[in-house]
Amino acid sequence: MMKANTPRLALLVAACSLLAACAQAPKTLYQWEAYQPQVYEHFKGQSPQQQITELEKGLERIAAKGNVPPPGYRAHLGMLYAETGRDDLALQQLQAEKAAFPESAVYIDFLLKKYQK
Amino acid sequence: MRHTFRLMICLMAAALLSACVSHPPAKLDYTAYKQSNPRTILVLPPLNNSPDVNASYSVLSQLSYPLAESGYYVLPVALVDATFKQNGLTVAGDIHQVAPAKLREIFGADAALYVTISKYGSTYTVLDSVTVVTASARLVDLRSGVELWKGHASASSAENQNNSGGGLVGMLISAAIRQVANNLSDSGHDVAGVTSLRLLSAGHPNGLLFGPHSPRYGTD
Repeated sequence: MMKANTPRLALLVAACSLLAACAQAPKTLYQWEAYQPQVYEHFKGQSPQQQITELEKGLERIAAKGNVPPPGYRAHLGMLYAETGRDDLALQQLQAEKAAFPESAVYIDFLLKKYQK
Repeated sequence: MRHTFRLMICLMAAALLSACVSHPPAKLDYTAYKQSNPRTILVLPPLNNSPDVNASYSVLSQLSYPLAESGYYVLPVALVDATFKQNGLTVAGDIHQVAPAKLREIFGADAALYVTISKYGSTYTVLDSVTVVTASARLVDLRSGVELWKGHASASSAENQNNSGGGLVGMLISAAIRQVANNLSDSGHDVAGVTSLRLLSAGHPNGLLFGPHSPRYGTD
């Protein structure tokens, strides 16, 4: 009984795994974590420290998966560091943004001029 | 005589049916866009023509995703907003009037996105309460001042709603509850996310083209 059904079973398993592959979401270019929600929080005037914590955790999760944070993520975190008086960390993040996205150089250099006293 | 009559009927039917064929929307001319080939996009704070003051920041905070995923470098929206404020520009209308050359000089972006929000919020129509966000956008080359692309999109909370009945009174009560809930829970923000995706995702007819970071760059 089993022998006759094995090829059918194999076919069923193959079909199921194909469908499961279809159900997976297509991979995005970047791992976004809570970037957009935290940007919204920032606009609503919420505490920068809370946002920093979330974005830092996000960076760790992104690094753990070997993915890339989206454009603006590190620059935004840099801005929050500057707001809370940590200029060295702000500089670090802005420079990381420029390194990852060289096309951002004009604006990042403009910002760096401000943060470097 | 009979044949002619039948032929005429057939021709009339054909003419009538051809009128029913829906014509696809006119295709955008992408010549200027392809020539410009922007890599970086400056998203300006949106112009808000809705009665909800939260609309601008709600929409602005959700514009980066579809642009970046389409393959463009998007300047960090919060820093851009801060830069404008530090230079005395707090009103979107004024920001939208800044000369492209000036924007290019400060931000170094190839193109700027001018977004206008025409609808944001819940409307109460007695039998239902629906949250709608409608926006339009123009992509302008900052090197030449030429408009490269324009589009518009809308999304509504009614798209996913299941009205489970309960008669007319039930519907009236549900609508009223939903209106209050919509206004309290910032459901405009969620709907705005869908509007932004529809407006700025590449890969659909008359949509943005794929940018340089996308594996699909140059395929459209």
